[in-house]
Amino acid sequence: MLKSLLARWQQGYRTIPFPSEKVNLPDRFRGRPEIDPSKCPDGCRECVKACPTDAILPTENHFQIDLGRCLFCTDCQEACPSGAITHSSDYRLAARKRNDLLVGEEVLRLAGALEEKRKKLFGKSLKLRQVSAGGCNGCEADVNVLQTIVFDLGRFGIQFVASPRHADGLLVTGPVTGNMSSALHKAYEAIPSPKLVIAVGACAIAGGPYMGQAEVKNGVDGELPVDLYIPGCPPHPLTILDGLLRLLGRLEKG
Amino acid sequence: MVSPVTLNLKNSQAANCSDIPVYPFSAFRDHIITSVKNGAKLSALFGNPVTDQGLQLMSVLSYPESGTLSLLAASVGESYASLTPDCPAAHWFEREIAEQWGVTPLGHPWLKPIRFHQPFGNHANIWGWNPDEAVKPGVTDFFQVKGEEVHEVAVGPIHAGVIEPGHFRFNCHGETVLHLEIALGYQHRGIERALQSGPDKKTLHMMETLAGDTTIGHYTAYCQALEGLSGCAVPPRAQALRAMALELERLANHTGDLGALAGDIGFLPTASFCGRLRGDFLNLTALICGNRFGRDMIRPGGVLFDLEEQRKEKFLGNLENAFRDVKRAAELLWESSSVVSRFEKVGVITREQAVQLGLVGPAARACGLAHDIRCDFPAGAYADFKIPICTQEAGDVNARAYLRWMEIQKSVAYVRTLANALPPGPIRTPAGALPANRVAVSMVEGWRGEICHVAMTDDVGKFHRYKVVDPSFHNWMGLAVAMRQQQISDFPMCNKSFNLSYCGHDL
Repeated sequence: MLKSLLARWQQGYRTIPFPSEKVNLPDRFRGRPEIDPSKCPDGCRECVKACPTDAILPTENHFQIDLGRCLFCTDCQEACPSGAITHSSDYRLAARKRNDLLVGEEVLRLAGALEEKRKKLFGKSLKLRQVSAGGCNGCEADVNVLQTIVFDLGRFGIQFVASPRHADGLLVTGPVTGNMSSALHKAYEAIPSPKLVIAVGACAIAGGPYMGQAEVKNGVDGELPVDLYIPGCPPHPLTILDGLLRLLGRLEKG
Repeated sequence: MVSPVTLNLKNSQAANCSDIPVYPFSAFRDHIITSVKNGAKLSALFGNPVTDQGLQLMSVLSYPESGTLSLLAASVGESYASLTPDCPAAHWFEREIAEQWGVTPLGHPWLKPIRFHQPFGNHANIWGWNPDEAVKPGVTDFFQVKGEEVHEVAVGPIHAGVIEPGHFRFNCHGETVLHLEIALGYQHRGIERALQSGPDKKTLHMMETLAGDTTIGHYTAYCQALEGLSGCAVPPRAQALRAMALELERLANHTGDLGALAGDIGFLPTASFCGRLRGDFLNLTALICGNRFGRDMIRPGGVLFDLEEQRKEKFLGNLENAFRDVKRAAELLWESSSVVSRFEKVGVITREQAVQLGLVGPAARACGLAHDIRCDFPAGAYADFKIPICTQEAGDVNARAYLRWMEIQKSVAYVRTLANALPPGPIRTPAGALPANRVAVSMVEGWRGEICHVAMTDDVGKFHRYKVVDPSFHNWMGLAVAMRQQQISDFPMCNKSFNLSYCGHDL
């Protein structure tokens, strides 16, 4: 007993002061990718060709990056002959609409809050049922981490629950395999309305590296109505937390 | 009987596909059964389509004493005599072959699909599923126990926590589990089918996400295979950085597992501490490569990110801090008699069972089997810098937990040594194109155990067949056996003591 108390004292206080203070991410952290078209050699399409998920689309005088497809990998950067592509350290990536994730000349429009009715219902207490539908356990792991003392999701009134009947919404990871489709729909139907759906990670948004495979459905879109998209492969825990808090209208100033 | 001459390779060494001897099936079968009885391990058994001869079965037997991987093939028709009755370690492999290629192992005691998908190409489905209908995962026969007061408990595919899906059926008498049957396949994304005719620009990313918590493990196995095939010599500095990343992956997951085990028995101090500390190890990986899971850390020919002097200082400081705290959290477990009494004698696997089932990794080492790819088939940095094997004897939850704590200590020491002795020089060399008609077997000791990749190229240097065996593939049956005669309420703890991968199995 005394040893437990001593260990508790030694471990100290470990919850990060998010969102009140700025968080330190590693210097090599790959947040939102940015292309500086002024550096691009004429007609160069190397990044477009290199992107494993075809997330980079050339436009008239710029490029558009689909953050929903982006794996936040280094393939485009490596392929770029002129160093035009950088990853910013900005971890904030979540959006309400699928099209909002297409960025280029347009800046990323970060997720806004739920409409009044659902915000009033869920704003201070949100219970989520998580369903992994072909996820690699990367997104699942970094969702799970929100429940540790570091992020302490409970202090925001957000909690993961076992039964969909106790939930206000679904948090889906994975490209939605054919084999999980039926279970995913059953879980959704079991949640009382009004409800919400959150797609976490490149797979859940657009299929990720499994996009186009006959065995998967290319993500949650087309299967269920999605209220929040959180890009990443996997998204950093802060990206997920930031998205959840924006959805509940608790980060509108940041 | 004269035993067949096999193609013997070292880890990641390449040979011509035509050098793999093809024997009549009966000799192939006898050779595998005899070799496994004599201490060889069945690391892979899979179907390989050959244009003019139909399907070949190919086996990879690994011999820990000599560090040899031996390959042998045999042609089969629509059916063959199952190996499983004489070699239980073939059980899951034969079900996989039947599902992928529509070939029936005659006499297999429990011939069911393992992933629930239609066969590759035009091969027939041996269970007669209608090709126009969606596959019904989990819809199959389950082992049944009959008797008064015997009841079944069905769990999943969606489980209670934030965890991957799978379907478990417990046959119980009161609280006691008589038998557990596990049905998987819900995470099946068609990786092996997609890998044929690769590599392409998606291949690396499929390897990274084959099992997301084993990104470095599978990534390393894949790169080793490619480097073996193309004859690329990876610079020593890159080898050291890869080994460090692999050990960090082990540290994060083993630490997380200790916390989760503590959580399952309601011992909240360690559960809470380790939840945070797992992240500290992930953040060490992110300090090197920017991603907590090691995404993009490794590329064929080396690594993408270096650990420069200044970064190393911070890295080592953070490593020591994390280790100091893990030490306290882990020691607390074994200083608490309430924890030990919950862990001990639960979910026991005997040494004999472990051998028969072909268990790998910590689950096998906890039964006294001193097998570890890092020591038996060393590649990369492990060939020069040795890491000791840890074992336990009891084969219960306590042994599997304590083994993790032992391995945490060895891994920290290993990472520290490597970081301080990082060889100078480049971190990457160009990896050339893949030559035609070559084969290589690549093995890595991931945190769950033996990862085996077999890469075979075709006439133009594309993958003719790429076989992946995740450690969980060997171990799921171990969990089922460990649950026999246990309290059903001990399942979460038993399950966590194995902590197997669903997506790594389902591919």
